[in-house]
Amino acid sequence: MTTTTTAPAVREQAPEEERLIFLNQALREALDEELERDPTVFAIGEEIGIWGGAYKVTEGLLEKYGPTRVIDTPISEALIAGAAVGAAITGWRPVAEFMYVDFMGIAMDQIVNQAAKNRYMFGGKATLPIVYRAAMGAGIGNAAQHMQSLEAWFAHVPGLKVVTPATPYDAKGLLKSAIRDNNVVVFLEHKGIYANRGHVPEAEYLIPLGQADVKRIGSDATIVSYSRQVLFALEAAEQLSQEGIEVEVVDLRTLYPMDIDSAIASVQKTNRALVVHEAVQFGGLGGEIASQIQEKAFDYLDAPVMRLGALHSPVPFSEPLEVASFPSVETIAASVRKLLEGGV
Amino acid sequence: MRQRRELPDEAISDKIASAQFMTMTTSSRRQRVTLMASRKSSTGSKRKVQRPPREKLLWMYRTMMRIRRFEEAAEDAFRNARMRGALHFYIGEEATATGVCADLRTDDYITSTHRGHGHCIAKGGQLNKMMAELFGRVTGYCGGKGGSMHIADLDIGILGANGIVGAGIPIAAGAGLGVKLSGEDGVVVCFFGDGAGPTGAFHEGVNFAAVKNLPVIFVCENNHYGMATTSANSNAGPSIAARAVAYGIHGASVDGNDVFAVHAVALEAIDRARNGGGPTLIEADTYRFKGHTVHDMAAYRAKKELEEWLKKDPIERFKKTVSTEKLLDAEDMTGIDSEVEREVADAVEFAEASPYPELDSIEQGVYAD
Repeated sequence: MTTTTTAPAVREQAPEEERLIFLNQALREALDEELERDPTVFAIGEEIGIWGGAYKVTEGLLEKYGPTRVIDTPISEALIAGAAVGAAITGWRPVAEFMYVDFMGIAMDQIVNQAAKNRYMFGGKATLPIVYRAAMGAGIGNAAQHMQSLEAWFAHVPGLKVVTPATPYDAKGLLKSAIRDNNVVVFLEHKGIYANRGHVPEAEYLIPLGQADVKRIGSDATIVSYSRQVLFALEAAEQLSQEGIEVEVVDLRTLYPMDIDSAIASVQKTNRALVVHEAVQFGGLGGEIASQIQEKAFDYLDAPVMRLGALHSPVPFSEPLEVASFPSVETIAASVRKLLEGGV
Repeated sequence: MRQRRELPDEAISDKIASAQFMTMTTSSRRQRVTLMASRKSSTGSKRKVQRPPREKLLWMYRTMMRIRRFEEAAEDAFRNARMRGALHFYIGEEATATGVCADLRTDDYITSTHRGHGHCIAKGGQLNKMMAELFGRVTGYCGGKGGSMHIADLDIGILGANGIVGAGIPIAAGAGLGVKLSGEDGVVVCFFGDGAGPTGAFHEGVNFAAVKNLPVIFVCENNHYGMATTSANSNAGPSIAARAVAYGIHGASVDGNDVFAVHAVALEAIDRARNGGGPTLIEADTYRFKGHTVHDMAAYRAKKELEEWLKKDPIERFKKTVSTEKLLDAEDMTGIDSEVEREVADAVEFAEASPYPELDSIEQGVYAD
């Protein structure tokens, strides 16, 4: 086992006073600011108006902007996705909400065959500035049709960008960038962290898509992750720190375009990598990330790149089963220990 | 039946009233159903349709001929192995696209289908760019990236042909939503075939357009076959137009091979949509003279059936009407014939003389900056 005397670096404190807000509130601020800023932006989806969104992301926006900017739809996912295409290609910037990423299955033709491909098929002439937002992720007991992590579906399709924030700060800055982006962005919000609080400055800021963030500096191993698993990885890193193991945590934040260079730079320093995500491990993005690390940093590796994802089952309902089906702080910490012993 | 949610709070009621700003009231829906129910189908109607002015007649003839000759030239190129891929011919259905598009403005939108050459030409598409696209050349509408099933010309409101049956319907609803949000008086025409009638996209798109009272004209080209499956084996109910009653919108059945009848029905629908009267569902009864694709000899159809429809050739019917009613001279039409033939020959020459796209362009045009 490698030991080190390097102290874990503390993330730079924001100069201003901390303003702690919930992640769903951060998203609402992003939407609010962009609706205010650009009259071609509108929000559309099921229960986003009167109800305020299943996770209250759009609460209050109907009252503020009215029914021509915050548009409730019938339960018609293909329509939501397709209407966004029709509106975007004629000059609007729709932000379409799917209550759950699981429901995007109903809309996949519109997302994959229409939204993602129109620009290319039409010779690069069409511009489709669409954000498809959806709640993803397990942990709150809604079972197999409401708890999936399906980001790999979207990241696999040329023409889509995929964003998966882990903190309120990132969520706000990334959503604002996604809305201003001239492409189709699938923006996946882990439902287990909507109620997490974090510092979000008063002043406006953007976080560019395609830029990873090193959330913790360390020297013994690198965890590459995204969405809520970043938070689990940070907790695991704190535990491991007690044992003298310093883990660097790279939050990809955007899955396409993917800032693999940041992950590789970290691995070149730590020489060991573990990729963690909540999606089912087989066929997940962990394979892509691990493969790129091995191709581009093979000579730096002291152990095979490890992956940790969900077991190969639909998300089970019963709490002990559900929690054990995807990576936890404990399994992440255990995986890092194993990685330091030489891996698999 | 679904229970209406209790609304104990006045504030919530206000919110709902506000959210329904864009929605038809129940009473106006009921009224529409009544109108629809009392409305006579245009099919078989003896009412004489008023003839358009001379310039429009010439445009109609030219448009139908451009569609037919364009596709004949494409078929020829394909059969001579100068072109590849899939071609879905519109030949036999020319009157529908022509009649519907005759009074569309450049800033109106259409969504099209895999059988889309006719829609594109009728909306003003350029033959040389279309032909070059079919040949996979860089000078084509899509730079050779799309082919026959994905031709679009956003500058003149062609939001794209579509390789997925029914997929244009939600897109048209979205374009209609955009028009409505803009407060302008544009309209969207959504072409689809009887094969799209049973898709979920049809229901989701038409339902939404009806609920939000959007300026969308849904034009079902019922050519009686989705590949080899008959419309009767695909679509329940008396007709696709009859579904308008269920959505509380206007509906009309029309002889899709009679360009004047199609034009009259379309004019009414366009006028209604421009003036805030909401969507219309038009079903045009027509027939594809060719198979499903260039590869299909349509052996599943009775020879007699084809022969009956060939007698209803929309171009021949147009010619007969305009000469019987002395609306156009034979010379008007022969002049157009030779101009169109030259135009199509030029388009083929332009296409074949154009280069293929560069290999390093494969990954270009996927994302915008």
